[in-house]
Amino acid sequence: MAVAATQAGQPAAPAPSTGLTDRARQERKLAWLLCAPAVAVMTLVAGFPIVYAFWLSLRRSDLRFPDASEFIGFSNYSAVLQSTTWWRDFGNTMFITVISVTLELVLGMLIAQAMYRAIFARTAIRASVLVPYGAVTVVAAFAWRLAFDPATGFAVNLFNLDPPPLTTHNGSMVIIIFAEVWKTTPFIALLLLGGLALVPDDLYKAAKMDGASSWQRFVKITLPLIRPALMVAVLFRTLDAFRIYDAVFIITRGANNTESVSVLGYNQLVNRLNLGLGSAVAICIFACVMLIAFIFFRFLGASPERR
Amino acid sequence: MTESTQRQKILWILGTILVLFYALIPVLWIISLSLKDPTTIGDQKFFPTKWTWDNYDAVFSGGLGFNHALFNSIGIAMITTLIALVFASMAAYAITRLEFPGKTLILAGALAISMFPAISIVGGLFNVWRVVGLYDTWPGLILPYLSFSLPLSIYILSAFFREIPWDLEKAAQMDGATGAQAFRRVILPLAMPGVFTAGILVFISAWNDFLFANVLTSTDASRTAPVALSFFRGASQFTDPSGAIAAGAVIVTIPILIMVLIFQRRIVSGLTSGAVKG
Repeated sequence: MAVAATQAGQPAAPAPSTGLTDRARQERKLAWLLCAPAVAVMTLVAGFPIVYAFWLSLRRSDLRFPDASEFIGFSNYSAVLQSTTWWRDFGNTMFITVISVTLELVLGMLIAQAMYRAIFARTAIRASVLVPYGAVTVVAAFAWRLAFDPATGFAVNLFNLDPPPLTTHNGSMVIIIFAEVWKTTPFIALLLLGGLALVPDDLYKAAKMDGASSWQRFVKITLPLIRPALMVAVLFRTLDAFRIYDAVFIITRGANNTESVSVLGYNQLVNRLNLGLGSAVAICIFACVMLIAFIFFRFLGASPERR
Repeated sequence: MTESTQRQKILWILGTILVLFYALIPVLWIISLSLKDPTTIGDQKFFPTKWTWDNYDAVFSGGLGFNHALFNSIGIAMITTLIALVFASMAAYAITRLEFPGKTLILAGALAISMFPAISIVGGLFNVWRVVGLYDTWPGLILPYLSFSLPLSIYILSAFFREIPWDLEKAAQMDGATGAQAFRRVILPLAMPGVFTAGILVFISAWNDFLFANVLTSTDASRTAPVALSFFRGASQFTDPSGAIAAGAVIVTIPILIMVLIFQRRIVSGLTSGAVKG
């Protein structure tokens, strides 16, 4: 790949002097050439649509009434922010995010410890932990939905659940969270395992000699040392959980008041074909995600920057 | 933990078994459900009492459009992976090896894009794609997949490229190798593991997508397997599609699982280098 690129960069003719050496100028030109395709795709297919969505969100734009399209300022936003639906879905999404990320952290830490200290079958554990990671989200959601399905599921009967969880709001939320947690905990566990491997064993031995209990060793040694890995894992998982769409769509389609903000956006855009209102929802979600990221960077010290 | 007592040992063994259960039960369940006979699918038992391949026959028979969806999924994910690797390698090479203004901007932009919620851009794409004729086509899905997998692959590849001892290239040239030879014989073998790792992760993310595929496709022409799966209905209003869904789910999952298990070491290193920058 780089070969082709180098050849493409070579015919760069020496431009009039601007204080840079020819070599440095050629290097710049080559670098820009090499980055151009990636930057072009990211700008056109991710950057531009966000700007376009913002523009749409300021208009009355309903595909069922294309002629009624006009600029209406922030009316769509006030419609979204004054609706009970948005706030209910926002509440659902926050609930799913907070609970599932917390569970994932606790479970992920336990699994990472189990993998780290595994006495036997180390490879088997790592392999099996990667199974949920490899399962398509839609498949994970189906596995959980069908397990708790009143007609075909084994779980309703086995645990004697009455009423079946998928017929109630709380039950459905629990299943959605379970599906999400099952699928993504391995990701957290692997990141934390990477962090654990960096903790020198001598520290534990020394602390043990000084009489620190295993809980103390965990809180005083492990946690501070794996904090960077932990924060980045939590940041990415939080952003990801807030965007939850697949699991909700497959498990309930928003029934029993379990709609997430992404499903709300989808329904506005695709089912009601209301691009203006749907885009306003989309931009609100975008703002939430950026706010979450900002809070993590600014106050919680997550920094996925390069070393 | 060199000295562990008998009790601790038993505890960790128990933990290991729990982890195995946690990871494997849902997958075993969906496999077991896919093998259940239509007459016993409602028996609410974990293991099938009557085994059958009927569900798989139904899925592959063509009536559900699954064959075509599988073909779309494979094609779209493979093309996405190839293009993403070429573009990301070029960019990562420039970022790690060359000095140029705008480097930080590109990295920051890529990081920001990796946080974009897909739902925020899918509406705009939906509208534009219909006008420019990309709606319900392969490129219509490949483009958004690319824009979301480029940031991750640029980060992973930069992390890998930074570890390559690039002086070896010069050393080889001093020993009489041409530039191309030095690159092919020395640098390429060193870079391949990173490229490969990024490729696997891009393929998995493209294969896994549901939102874009659900919004930007409408027919067998480009509908991917996860979306086709969500559209499964019973042969009649009264037939339960659960068996077919389970069979389809198993088929969608197996290629990825095989890949994940074969390349587990690479995936783990890719995930950690792509996300953790301590």
